Amino acid sequence: MNEKVISVHNLVKKFGNFIANDHLSFEVYQGEIFGFLGANGAGKTTAIRILSGLSRPTSGKVMVAGFDALKQPEQIKKNIGYMCQRFSLYEDLTVKENIMLYGGIYGMKKQLIRERTKSLLVRLRFEEFGDRLIASLPLGLKQKLAFSVAVLHEPKIVFLDEPTGGVDPITRRQFWEMIYETAARGITVFVTTHYMDEAEYCDRVSIMDEGKIEALDTPAELKKKYQAGSIEEVFIRIARHGKK
Amino acid sequence: MKRLLVFVKKEFIHIFRDFRTMVILFLIPGALILLFGFVVSNDLKNARISFLDLSKDEMTLKLTDKICSSGFFVRGENLHSYGDIERALRGNNNKAVIIFEKDFSRKLISEGKATVNIITDGSEPNMATMATNYVSAIVSDFNSELVGGGAAAMLLVHPEVRMFYNPTLKGQHMFVPGVITLIMILICALMTSITITREKEFGTMEALLVSPLKPIQIILGKIVPYFILSFIDVIIILVLSWFVFDLPVKGSIFLLLAEAMLYILMSLSLGILISTVSKTMQQAIFISLVGMMLPTILLSGFIYPIENMPKIYDWVSAVMPPRYFVIIIKNVMIKGTGFSYIWKETLILCLFTVVAIGLSMRKFNIRLQ
Amino acid sequence: MRTILYLIRKEFIQIFRDKFLGRAIFAIPLIQMLILVPAVTFEIKEVNLCVVDKDMTTESRELISKLAGSTFFKIRHATFSEREANDFLHRGQCDLILQIPQGFGKDIGKGTPTKLMASANAINAMNAQLSWAYLNGVIRDYNMNILAQEIGNAPEKAIPQIEVTNRYWYNEMLNYNFYMQPGILGVLVLAIGFILAGLNLVKEKEIGTIEQMNVTPVKKYQFILSKIVPFLIIGLIDLALGIAIGRLVFNIPFVGSIWLLFLCSTIFLIAVLGLALLISTFSATQQQFMFTGFFFMIIFILMSGIFTPYESMPGWAQKIDLLNPVVYIMRINRMIMLKGSTLYDIRTEFMALVLFAIGTTTLAVNRYRKTA
Repeated sequence: MNEKVISVHNLVKKFGNFIANDHLSFEVYQGEIFGFLGANGAGKTTAIRILSGLSRPTSGKVMVAGFDALKQPEQIKKNIGYMCQRFSLYEDLTVKENIMLYGGIYGMKKQLIRERTKSLLVRLRFEEFGDRLIASLPLGLKQKLAFSVAVLHEPKIVFLDEPTGGVDPITRRQFWEMIYETAARGITVFVTTHYMDEAEYCDRVSIMDEGKIEALDTPAELKKKYQAGSIEEVFIRIARHGKK
Repeated sequence: MKRLLVFVKKEFIHIFRDFRTMVILFLIPGALILLFGFVVSNDLKNARISFLDLSKDEMTLKLTDKICSSGFFVRGENLHSYGDIERALRGNNNKAVIIFEKDFSRKLISEGKATVNIITDGSEPNMATMATNYVSAIVSDFNSELVGGGAAAMLLVHPEVRMFYNPTLKGQHMFVPGVITLIMILICALMTSITITREKEFGTMEALLVSPLKPIQIILGKIVPYFILSFIDVIIILVLSWFVFDLPVKGSIFLLLAEAMLYILMSLSLGILISTVSKTMQQAIFISLVGMMLPTILLSGFIYPIENMPKIYDWVSAVMPPRYFVIIIKNVMIKGTGFSYIWKETLILCLFTVVAIGLSMRKFNIRLQ
Repeated sequence: MRTILYLIRKEFIQIFRDKFLGRAIFAIPLIQMLILVPAVTFEIKEVNLCVVDKDMTTESRELISKLAGSTFFKIRHATFSEREANDFLHRGQCDLILQIPQGFGKDIGKGTPTKLMASANAINAMNAQLSWAYLNGVIRDYNMNILAQEIGNAPEKAIPQIEVTNRYWYNEMLNYNFYMQPGILGVLVLAIGFILAGLNLVKEKEIGTIEQMNVTPVKKYQFILSKIVPFLIIGLIDLALGIAIGRLVFNIPFVGSIWLLFLCSTIFLIAVLGLALLISTFSATQQQFMFTGFFFMIIFILMSGIFTPYESMPGWAQKIDLLNPVVYIMRINRMIMLKGSTLYDIRTEFMALVLFAIGTTTLAVNRYRKTA
């Protein structure tokens, strides 16, 4: 049995009177690819920001990588990676400069950074372009790079907030291959998305609606439970049910 | 035309949504004028002077008293030797040291001449000159009083002076118009230069350029909201000047407002021009603020008269729009002159505006290619 | 520690990758100093005089030629019409009108006191008063001449004169450049550092890259320091360049300790950059920062005592100025460069700057939140 890397119990996050996260409870195990689905505004980003130490929970117990999100957010940050869709890498720095910066921040030795940079670029088939500015790269490549940088320091968990927005299906597929490789190395992947088909790629999936978790299980079980052919259908059923 | 109005409306909404900036934009000009009207001044006050009185007789004591009660100076210490002077001036306390020579009264009466030595801290030339001049004037006054009625009658020529436009010799009259000129051009140029480069940085510029709006419409649409804002600011400023500084507009208020509108338009257009050559907001701010602040303060004639500068600066300041508005505003507000006195400057400001807008339009058109 | 170095390196890369910025931070101070410093002076070169001579006698002409001969006055217009003279004044074609009434010569001949009327454009109050003082000087000479003719030699015995001599210490020739150049340099270093540091931080907020930083183990003080150090270094380089130009081009003496000056400048820059960052933490957009920052900057600059004397400000303004770091650095600057002052001499100003620096940076670090 794998250890619990994330443990959330009755997480509530309020902004004034608005309840963004309404008593969320779930667990994530080491090495899992955990999908966090929901429509825009359902509360996914709020939750992931709390998990990654960017925001404090209003109430509830949240443990990430063995640290309490309320009291020890800085400890959490030492053990995780994070990638959000729009702004991950510095546009006016080159690929290599970005990698060197984040590697250094996470305390990696120069030699190690150089080695990992090389293997990263090889894997992305981008060796000659190490000195290109991020601004000059196509979106798909930026995203793959951002992901690679997020796991450069081999964190326990990597959080991905809507990582595949705006790219073509092929690039998305390649991105998910990278996620598989990462999970296979033992790094837990926590990913939010509103692309329902990506849910199929996850080990387990939770579906949020209006601040609450309405469903949490493997994709197969969810489809069986809701008698749906796809996660998308599952989602629609849940959403419609909620509206009533 | 309708498209333009829609665009202008959008710009207004942008501005009003950013409540904090809007409040600042309304408050800054008024607050600054208020502040600087009192603060920016050349009036000599509270300058500390120490005395090395080698005579300590009735005359020197009287003269010392006269100097210290003039309202310009504050009494410092009584020094004892020449060695003390260095110490007195080295720190930041004394602006000047006055030395009365030995046997002052005796020399004055029997030889008809005695000397007062003023040593000033030349590291602050302004203060040094003023202190020297004011002390000289006080001594000269003292001299005249000393000489008394009989001898005074022997002096045949008595000049009197009328100080025009500023009978009470308030420094504010000189600086308030200048401060208005400075603040308005900086803020207006900042406003418009930021607003366009902002769109460039955030990528919304593309959307504007492919829209059916013509470049001139885009430019005008950007200018109009800020124009209205700035105009309200000018009115606030004028009202403040009137009530707080007792500085009414001597000439035609319509003429002043019209000229102010022209100046604002020119400043806003300048901002637009700056934004066409800037890729980022940072760049625009650098050019409009860092690039223009000091030259405007120093070369527009608002503190330092252009007449006093070496000849070449006549040419350098000729390309500075604030210089012309300083002349206009001083003329209309303080001298109360009519348009015939300022038509040249007005024309030049119009020219600046047209050139700025024209160049901006060209830049826009080039981008469209 | 190494983290800070990585961050600082990133900042420098970003600054110099921007072609415009990389050059502007050094070019603007250089150019502005060279162009602006020689312009500034309060000395009046010459007063434009318009003479209205209604007398046209030897005596009046003698007075006029005395005025023409003085270095202070330049007679631009001579007219019979008071109205025309007033118009010249109105149009700014002369600064001072001197009216000599009809009967002037006759009165002088008879030994009767007579009056002259001067009208001055007093918008520039100081200029007006100086012109008036000069005029008085010329007339006094004229009076003494008349007296000499009457009494014979040594009219002074009858009318004792107190003679005033003056000397300007630390700046014998009263060269305004000595004063203006450090002032201009200081303002530019302040403006550039302040704007760069502040905009930089707000931009990261605006774009969102600051989130990426917040989620790393980078500590708050490390982040803030990394936003201060690069601009501090740039500011000090500008300072060094400025001092070099001051010596080479303007022959400004440097009497005191250059290390002391650099130390004080470092503290000043930290104080000012800290303030910029503090304001950034309150601003959501670059625009907001800019207008708030402009407000502070322009107040600091115009109240600094560079352009108009500190002593001329009203008491309440001087109290506000206690919070103005530019006042302190300007004083320190002048005192070290021109007077050779030591740390002891500038101790109050030094302490004030240290308090500032500690205050603003601490507040900035505190305000900045990595976890909302």
